[in-house]
Amino acid sequence: MATAAPAPKTNHIGLPIVEYRGGKSTLCAGCGHNAISERIIDAMFEMGVQPERVMKMSGIGCSSKSPAYFMSRSHSFNSVHGRMPSVSTGAILANHTMTTIGVSGDGDTASIGMGQFVHLLRRNLPMIYIIEDNGVYGLTKGQFSATADIGSKLKTGVINDLPAIDTCALAIQLGATFVGRSFSGDKKQLLAMLKAAIAHKGTVMLDVISPCVTFNDHEGSTKSYKFMQENDEPINEVGFVASFEDISVDYDSGQVYEVEMHDGSSLRLRKLQEDYDPTNKAEAVRTLMAAHENNEVLTGVFYIDTSKPTFIDLLNVVDEPLGTLPESLTRPPKSALDALMANLQ
Amino acid sequence: MATGDLALGQEQGALNARSRVINDFSINVATVNGSGSQSANSVLLKSIFGMGVPVSGKNLFPSNIAGLPTWYTIRASKDGYVARKRDTEILVALNPETAQSDFMGLPAGAAAIYEENMNLKQHRSDVVCYPVPFDKITASVCPEAKLRKLVKNMVYVGVVAQLLSLDLAVVEKSVKKQFAKKQKVFDLNFGAVKAGYDFAQEKLVKQDPFVIEKMDQTAGKIIIDGNAAAGMGAVFAGVTVVAWYPITPSTSLIEATTDLLKKFRVTPEGKATFAVVQAEDELAAIGMVLGAGWAGARSMTSTSGPGISLMAEFAGLGYFAEIPGVIFDVQRTGPSTGMPTRTSQADLLSTAFLSHGDTKHVCLLPSSVKECFEFGYEAFNLAERLQTPVFVLTDLDLGMNNWMSDPFEYPDKPLDRGKVLTAEDLKKLGGFARYRDVDGDAIPYRTLPGTDHPKAAYFTRGSGHNDAAGYTEKPDEYQAIMDRLTRKFETARTLVPAPIAVKDSGSKIGFLAYGSTDFALRESMDQIKKEHGQDVDYMRIRAYPFAHEIHDFVAKHERVYVVEQDRDAQLASLLKLDLPADQVTKLRSILHYNGLPIDARSITEEFATKEGL
Ligand SMILES: Cc1ncc(C[n+]2csc(CCOP(=O)(O)OP(=O)(O)O)c2C)c(N)n1
Ligand code: SF4
Ligand SMILES: [Mg+2]
Repeated sequence: MATAAPAPKTNHIGLPIVEYRGGKSTLCAGCGHNAISERIIDAMFEMGVQPERVMKMSGIGCSSKSPAYFMSRSHSFNSVHGRMPSVSTGAILANHTMTTIGVSGDGDTASIGMGQFVHLLRRNLPMIYIIEDNGVYGLTKGQFSATADIGSKLKTGVINDLPAIDTCALAIQLGATFVGRSFSGDKKQLLAMLKAAIAHKGTVMLDVISPCVTFNDHEGSTKSYKFMQENDEPINEVGFVASFEDISVDYDSGQVYEVEMHDGSSLRLRKLQEDYDPTNKAEAVRTLMAAHENNEVLTGVFYIDTSKPTFIDLLNVVDEPLGTLPESLTRPPKSALDALMANLQ
Repeated sequence: MATGDLALGQEQGALNARSRVINDFSINVATVNGSGSQSANSVLLKSIFGMGVPVSGKNLFPSNIAGLPTWYTIRASKDGYVARKRDTEILVALNPETAQSDFMGLPAGAAAIYEENMNLKQHRSDVVCYPVPFDKITASVCPEAKLRKLVKNMVYVGVVAQLLSLDLAVVEKSVKKQFAKKQKVFDLNFGAVKAGYDFAQEKLVKQDPFVIEKMDQTAGKIIIDGNAAAGMGAVFAGVTVVAWYPITPSTSLIEATTDLLKKFRVTPEGKATFAVVQAEDELAAIGMVLGAGWAGARSMTSTSGPGISLMAEFAGLGYFAEIPGVIFDVQRTGPSTGMPTRTSQADLLSTAFLSHGDTKHVCLLPSSVKECFEFGYEAFNLAERLQTPVFVLTDLDLGMNNWMSDPFEYPDKPLDRGKVLTAEDLKKLGGFARYRDVDGDAIPYRTLPGTDHPKAAYFTRGSGHNDAAGYTEKPDEYQAIMDRLTRKFETARTLVPAPIAVKDSGSKIGFLAYGSTDFALRESMDQIKKEHGQDVDYMRIRAYPFAHEIHDFVAKHERVYVVEQDRDAQLASLLKLDLPADQVTKLRSILHYNGLPIDARSITEEFATKEGL
């Protein structure tokens, strides 16, 4: 007997997950970036974000191509190498009512883009900034990037003898208000972090270790699948309960650090390491530095501050998007010009 | 009896109606940077303006905050000439360091006012000398020692006002306006003016021929600098996002814009309908402009040559991805830091082709403060209509100096926000192709982020794309986009401000120029007529791409002189790329590139030499 295909599962705004998909990926099979795109799709779907309300921003690199592979119903801007922060800043100034997600690479961010990256953090620009971190320049065929660990080895045998830039420590120091690290291979942690990121107001900086299977997944690499499976040290277990979900789940408050987000949802960080306090900046940076000494790759939410004003708050702009304000609000009347002219006579 | 300096013989010095020079001379005020002479200079300029005499002022300042020499020249011209004049007839020497060389540079018959202990008159006898005990006079009206440096400048205004027969009531009005609402400051400053005036009246004997007489040539006119005018244009165009990085000589454009935004664009609830961001550098400034333009804002930045260089990569993205944005370039001398406080027109070529690959940009070329306002406004309409970055090129001379102008007219037309599809449009159309030429003008339709329709979104990229905004490396698809961009540039040619035939008398000699060169060139044309009996024609260029009228103008003339303020004949080069081959050989160049604003005499002399006159 023929049965009708079950209706596809929809999210709380009534959309099936296919409405969150993008074009077919042209990245290498097995590239960490693809897994991150999948998690972004899941997170946006599960959070019930209207795709038309999202701006996808990126720089240049394999990672920066990935916005083409998720959420085709969202406007996207694949800009120039290292300069996604400024383009995002402009776009958000024009329309701060959108949810903005930026995808960058470790080369795109930590070398050519460092100048703009630090100022984005400093401004606490309301957006999600993801570094798809593989320790190399994938698109230009595997040179070291500035997040490559000291002593790590390229396929060609070249050893990196410069220290890595820890983008998370930097982000915490410079003013981002939600900072974490994850691994493209850790579905559960990454999904929870992305969902919390969507709920956050301010700069979310996520460094996601994302192995490059073509140029940096061999023995001697510290950004390979194997290395991550062996050295990933979660600092907390990330749980997220959206505002529209049932939040009356029992948990041991002594073991869980709960953060209430702006939209009423809740981020629950189960303590895995001593008494790690994700609201203490200095402690967060110290912990990250200590982990480097021990060759551990810490993951989890390192820092969160839900009270700091964003750049948009500081600019004190009207609630409506600036870009589409009516002429009546943006064009001073003739009397204004006449008064100016009279004063110049 | 008054003790004038009688270096000149009684006969030479005697003034009578015939030898007087009325409303036609320049004053050069030599001071030290940071001495606060700007207010005094402005008061003197506005007092002459208040006498109804056409006037212009130029600040020649060093790249320094305090301590280096600065000159401010004020030109009064009954004929309305406002360009820099090579010679100045009256020197106010307040800087001991340059006093002697400034003094020696005066033409015979000039006048010099200076602190009496400088004793300049020993150096030459063909200049009228007015030594003034500035420090003594200043001390008598300004008990507070630390204010004396500033107040001293007002004493010079009083001395000059008396010697030139300015109406003291007019001067008083200018001082009042300068220190609006601050009665105490006014009292102190006008007291100083008065002390200088009284001193001159009692102690100096007028021996030079220069006087100001009332005219009615400034009634209803305004005085403003080009940067303030351009900023005003942007504000009346409804600019919403401004991103910038400080650089002389463009900073004051942003400051003017910001002041006006704060004045006119805050809602009754105290919320801003604009955002001004001081970016981390010019790379970021233009990135923000493009991001904002892409998301629907009227966005702008303002910079000078070094900033333009940094914007190069993004300019190409803006052109190829078809994103509106307005970039003001207030040109200064380069290369590199060059002379940052001196004027130039040498960014034209690099801006017209800014970036890599096959890129070319719409450039607007205002030549007066009024056009700074009008083009500052129109640039936003063109950027959104054409979906491309639009550059407005002014220069330090136009941007930072005070110019007389007719008042600006309110732009009555509604803003042109270009081809933007709404959700309703998309519902009717069922979708759209971002880079398709639907209307035959090569301008495609766009949508803005946030448009509530599942088919509204498209993918913006600087890499090869087809007309549906899909990634491509296919030769024919890439070339089709490039060819449409060329056609779009042809559409731009018909939309940008048309050139103006300033004079079209059928002469076989023509002139072409743009921007601040205009003032000197028009004066030079009068000199050429008067001194050589030669009529010449002149077309003023106001935008790139060049309108067809410019081709016709060249075609009509046997020889065409292109006058510009750069070394390598950039405007002529750009014209040569555009003109039919048989017209190219008609072009000749008159170039000026020493950092000082171009003057009429230099043009006339070079023209005469080249023409063998
Ligand atoms: C101004 C400029 N310089 C150099 C390049 C070449 N380039 C393209 S991608 C890239 C590095 C990308 O590395 P990363 O951001 O780590 O991305 P991945 O490919 O590893 O994901 C470089 C140097 C460019 N596109 N633009
Ligand atoms: S080269 Fe590396 S980073 Fe680029 S797509 Fe392939 S695996 Fe991914
Ligand atoms: Mg990389």
